[in-house]
Amino acid sequence: MISRQVLNRASPYVFIAPAVLITSIALVYPVLQSIWLSFHEWSIGTPPDQTRFVGLENYRWLLADRAFWTSVGVTLVFAGAVVLCETVLGVGLALALDRELRGMSIIRTIFILPMMVAPIVVGLIWRFLYNEQFGPLNQVLTGLGLPAMSWLSSPDLALVSVIIADIWQWTPFIFILSLAALQSLPSSAIEAARIDGASPWQAIVFIKLPLMMPVIVVAALLRLIDAFKVLEVIYILTEGGPGLSTEILSLHIYKTAFVSQQLGRASALSNLLLVMVMAITLALVAVNHLRRVATRRADAAEG
Amino acid sequence: MSQGMSVRRASLASYLLVAALALLSLAPIVVMIATSLKLKTQIFGDTAAFFFVPTLDNYRAVLSDAQNTRYLGNSLIVAAVSTVLTLTFGCMAAYALVRFRFMGRGVVSTGTLLLRMVPPAVLTVPVFTIWTYQYGLNNSLFGVILLYTALNLPFVIWILQSFIAQVPQPLEEAARIDGANPYQVFFLVVLPLIKPGLAAAAIFTFRIAWNEFILALVLTNRFTRTMPVKVSLFLTEHNIEWGQIMAIGTLIAIPPLVFTFMASRQIITGMTAGAVKG
Repeated sequence: MISRQVLNRASPYVFIAPAVLITSIALVYPVLQSIWLSFHEWSIGTPPDQTRFVGLENYRWLLADRAFWTSVGVTLVFAGAVVLCETVLGVGLALALDRELRGMSIIRTIFILPMMVAPIVVGLIWRFLYNEQFGPLNQVLTGLGLPAMSWLSSPDLALVSVIIADIWQWTPFIFILSLAALQSLPSSAIEAARIDGASPWQAIVFIKLPLMMPVIVVAALLRLIDAFKVLEVIYILTEGGPGLSTEILSLHIYKTAFVSQQLGRASALSNLLLVMVMAITLALVAVNHLRRVATRRADAAEG
Repeated sequence: MSQGMSVRRASLASYLLVAALALLSLAPIVVMIATSLKLKTQIFGDTAAFFFVPTLDNYRAVLSDAQNTRYLGNSLIVAAVSTVLTLTFGCMAAYALVRFRFMGRGVVSTGTLLLRMVPPAVLTVPVFTIWTYQYGLNNSLFGVILLYTALNLPFVIWILQSFIAQVPQPLEEAARIDGANPYQVFFLVVLPLIKPGLAAAAIFTFRIAWNEFILALVLTNRFTRTMPVKVSLFLTEHNIEWGQIMAIGTLIAIPPLVFTFMASRQIITGMTAGAVKG
């Protein structure tokens, strides 16, 4: 009788235990291990007891390594460019298409298809499209009498090509979120602006965009976090090349660990990437907190 | 009158814009599928871009290779089993977080948010070393399933919380007064009511596990590989068989595409819930 009572009292812990156990052994522990490893030197293939404590040596080495800074630069350019382009395009398209369109649900379904396809397959598709000899893109260019482009083999163009593929895949994400935000705006505000004689442009700039801003910021931050995670598409398209021109940090981590076989250095790199992503996550949490405070205040003012 | 005219003209323009965008979205995927239905000579010849007699030769070649069917099977097992495990443990944890006040609740709640953000690349090194030297799970499907379950749990817990919060509490209280213990309340009252949420979560989880590449690359060998890993290996070979690799790409793309057409509403709801509600 007592044991049943104990079992019922313990039910929250029973419910939560499997999830906590699995994430602890397969997610939290690896992250902690990565921090521990970053203070050690260990080459792949040698037994783990040959791991040597080196203190901050891996970090010191990284910060003096030119390839590391190149990779940081590529990552920032890639993330900045895709988030900026996708936000501007996505929000712009949402504003342009915010009307009673027939067949909008099938259109929305078509737009999310690129996001659902495996990143590895997206890489495959674009590697074919960008192929210099027989790829459709160059066939179209030469058909129009324009010179063929070396999409993936030119150091200047490769990063742009990679960015284009990401824009193709993820602009719909911002578009769909912006459209949802736009269609949940209070129609009274927009109606009032129209009656006051605001032009459609003025309504967008002074009414719609400010009201949509919280959702736009959150969507852009979510994309920014995802941009730091990108690996597969670039792995398939260029493997980071030519040279280091498309080697973003997550690819640089993989190569440091499994090509250069430096597990300690790769762990140090991993931790630096993790710190960057966590910083953006904190910004996201802060934005959401501010929003909640703002809505609560607005509700209180109305009530 | 003049206003009506301008609205109509604008909407014709917006239909054209929508059509162009839909074409842009679809064209690359259509190119992949079309290429998978072409013979080698048709892929390289520039005359047969639009009109060609489709052939299933590439699919025949891909599926007659025992290695490929094995990898497809591995992908299916890994995605299906990890989805079932993630949903089972995820809905239990989400229920506890929504309905109970207990010690450590805040830690678990913040933890799920932070763990969702960890880039997979960050996990490659520690997961490789731990699975190889401590757990002895490298090169086993179970090792991949364990990792995918852990990776998807934070997301599933988070998405199911909002569905569970919508279950009317009086229903649960009534069951409790009738003598049901907390476990019966959860499995017999709450679970049947959150079926739509479970379906949405299942689609997201299955898709992520089915599509995942880099961790599978690090953790599997030539017996336990999943299909995305095979793609990367196929591409490094010298004479790329584009027809066959596009057939493999299409095979990988089919389940997520089918899910999208079946449940686009739920997928979009799941996607927007995160950003709009915060």
